[in-house]
Amino acid sequence: MADEIVELNNGTDNLVIVGIQRRGVQLAAQIVSTIIEREKADVPQGALDITLYRDDLQTVGPRPVVGQTQIPVDIDGKNVVIVDDVLYTGRTIRAALDELADFGRPKRIALAVLIDRGGRELPIQPDIVGKKVSAEPWQRVDVLVDELDERKGAIIAERGDGT
Amino acid sequence: MTLSLGKDLLGLEPLSGEQIQLILDTAEPFKEISERAIKKVPTLRGATIVNLFFEASTRTRVSFEFAEKRLSADTVNVAASGSSVSKGETLVDTARNLEAMRIDMVVIRHGASGAAQFLAERIESNVINAGDGTHEHPTQGLLDMLTLRDHFGRLDGIKVCIVGDVLHSRVARSNIWGLTKMGAQVGVCGPRSLLPNAIEELPVQVFTRVEEAIEWADALNILRLQLERMTAGYIPSLREYNRVFGVSRERLERAPRDLLILHPGPMNRGVEIDSDVADGPFSVILNQVTNGVAVRMAVLYLLSGGKPELAESAKGGGGR
Amino acid sequence: MTGSILLRGGRVIDPTQSLDEVADVLVVDGKIEAVGARVSGDAKNRDGLETIDCSGLVVSPGFIDVHCHLREPGREEVETIATGARAAVAGGFTAVCAMPNTDPVTDNQAAVGFIIRQASLANGARVYPIGAISVGQKGESLAEFGEMIAAGAVAVSDDGKPVASAHLMRTALEYARTFGIPVADHCEEPTLAHGGAMNEGIVSTRLGLKGIPAEAEEIMAIRDILLARRTNGHVHLCHMSTRGSVELIRWGKDRNINVTAEVCPHHISLTEDAVEGYDTNAKMNPPLRTADDVAALQEAVRDGTIDLIATDHAPHHYDEKEREFAHAPNGIIGLETALAVNVTWLVASEIISLPVLIERMSCAPARVFKLPGGSLRRGTAADVTVFDPSAKWLVEPSKFRSKGRNTPYSGQTLQGRTRYTLVGGRVAHREEA
Repeated sequence: MADEIVELNNGTDNLVIVGIQRRGVQLAAQIVSTIIEREKADVPQGALDITLYRDDLQTVGPRPVVGQTQIPVDIDGKNVVIVDDVLYTGRTIRAALDELADFGRPKRIALAVLIDRGGRELPIQPDIVGKKVSAEPWQRVDVLVDELDERKGAIIAERGDGT
Repeated sequence: MTLSLGKDLLGLEPLSGEQIQLILDTAEPFKEISERAIKKVPTLRGATIVNLFFEASTRTRVSFEFAEKRLSADTVNVAASGSSVSKGETLVDTARNLEAMRIDMVVIRHGASGAAQFLAERIESNVINAGDGTHEHPTQGLLDMLTLRDHFGRLDGIKVCIVGDVLHSRVARSNIWGLTKMGAQVGVCGPRSLLPNAIEELPVQVFTRVEEAIEWADALNILRLQLERMTAGYIPSLREYNRVFGVSRERLERAPRDLLILHPGPMNRGVEIDSDVADGPFSVILNQVTNGVAVRMAVLYLLSGGKPELAESAKGGGGR
Repeated sequence: MTGSILLRGGRVIDPTQSLDEVADVLVVDGKIEAVGARVSGDAKNRDGLETIDCSGLVVSPGFIDVHCHLREPGREEVETIATGARAAVAGGFTAVCAMPNTDPVTDNQAAVGFIIRQASLANGARVYPIGAISVGQKGESLAEFGEMIAAGAVAVSDDGKPVASAHLMRTALEYARTFGIPVADHCEEPTLAHGGAMNEGIVSTRLGLKGIPAEAEEIMAIRDILLARRTNGHVHLCHMSTRGSVELIRWGKDRNINVTAEVCPHHISLTEDAVEGYDTNAKMNPPLRTADDVAALQEAVRDGTIDLIATDHAPHHYDEKEREFAHAPNGIIGLETALAVNVTWLVASEIISLPVLIERMSCAPARVFKLPGGSLRRGTAADVTVFDPSAKWLVEPSKFRSKGRNTPYSGQTLQGRTRYTLVGGRVAHREEA
């Protein structure tokens, strides 16, 4: 995926990788370190927590925990790539786009996701996809990362108490 | 699973350590929003919040207003006349009128202890206590704790001494409850005529001289001394108060360590605190103000609970 | 001419005759005709005899409340003499003394006469006016004790307020000697108590309410006791609330000083913890104190240091109490709950016996204030209370005869209920089981 990002951008100039909390951030870090290794160029990395921009805050129940947002550079005129683990309805990305708009006006924004499980509810499509899978609405698709889950992987499982 | 704060924030005494921790942790990401170019998130868009201030207060009201507006809520300021003994609307009628206008949250500051609870028991909107009589000022206590935590990295085990008119201070009470629940050690220092008679029954250390307090503490929270205390016979004069209890650079220099200096404001420079201390290197008074907005945003966010019943019906979609 | 009444088979308790046995009481022409086991035999010949079965009940001299506020003239929307007198008989009281902090203040013979007249129309308990100590209760100059007494007043008090001036208290005690009446003082040192809303202590500190220290009462109590010693006058200390006050009263009585004292049911049952949540129905003056004070007062009722129990019945309008704690007026009602509170906290817990309770609620008030009643001796006016000392009932303020609803006992189940109250031989109150 790192290679595809660089190719899409025609290099690493003006590139900014922004990971979505939570696991998008770890994936973004892996992508950035891969780019640094292969291209010998540093790329700024940011983290974005979209909790406060969710469109379902009125109905979601107990207040969700708000994670850290940190955009270390001015994004005006830059090529921002949003990185997330799973793309499903597209609402998270919608929220991310709204939030980025409050930080500045990038030249372009692209979307890279590890897994696209279909089931879109908004007209949002990824530019780069790691793997497409099929999942029913009653199933959940989770990505695991070393930093948070102590292992790597992806699983498809039945929804438990409802997510 | 997040802890619930309930419908209202009336004080720190009824909260558990976990709940206070939740508010402080939630305030962290909100600090960042005030550093952005566009200091706004859409979280409380469409919510109506009334700032009901029966006591004049610029800084607290403005701080709440910024917190509300940065969450995209609609705010209305109501400056109501003093006690309900005067020919104004009673608190009960004010409450009912507000409810009839379908507001979501009320931030109330009132001169009578218990006024926030009185309001909260009579309306369904969330009620946030911005200071009721001499009872509590929970958001002040929270922002003081956040400021201390920023500096020390923790609250557990640090020694904080509250200096001044504890008898009449809601800020002191909120600090005492909040800090002790988070494991800090709390001291109070002031003339005995300005300490509650029952102070020994509270979990605090009592210092009669400010030099002893300075020797003991890691941080001082210096309370504003009000002119009326002098005329009501609690202390002889502001001059003597400053000479005996004022926090000055000379006194601080004799301390065994560098003390952090807090003050809820507004300051009486030269009375309870000297200017070179207020503006000195260990003063975090301005940090308190910055943290105040973040803490208030966190409180508003946490109280503005969602409605889980709607979540159930929305369950078909509502995903990522 | 009232008909005859036979109160049959009750436990008749009359401390003035050292009587405590199952017996009958015959009432004829408004007076006690006979008390004893053989009474029923005579009664059969009387015309128009009403027989009331009192088995399982206690028959005692009617309760007398020497301290209540009937609000008329001036605050008739909150209580009138008529509603207060009916609330009194519902609580078992055959007589009450009405405090003079009305509007206008009852400080002259015409005002006293007005109260007497209103009471006579009320069809409830007897109402004896208490006149003010000072004109307008302003604490400056003495009111006309003689004129007020001639019109029917039985004592003087500035209750509602303390007598702040020791000089005025002294002259009042001396002047009252002329008429042999007690001077009843509301003990509160004004500068210590100023602005206070509850007892000063850890609870007031936590709630952020200004406290009234116990010393505010004790300082005035000892002042009054010392002045009673100097003047040989009779001082009656109203609504005592602290252990310290009890100790001072004992000191005075040990020295044969003419001091008497009363306590209210709330001060022998509730503590300052009742204020939690800023409940204005727990706000009164003097305030509720600590458990230690309650224990001391209960013991004082037992050993007689406190002579009698009075209610300090103080109705307030719902709107007045429905506000911020510090701004709510002081006072709770008490006429209709006094017996039950006393039985629940003093008798059921075996601190005192029923005869002692009756002594404190009926005999002592009559003796201390020199009022008729307090006894079932043959020939006395038939002021009789018949009550069930075991009956448990739910306190529902909406059912009170008083216009007031401000009670801290609302929703509680208490023990002890009045069944019949006779005033002058007439059944003024009947409570069906």
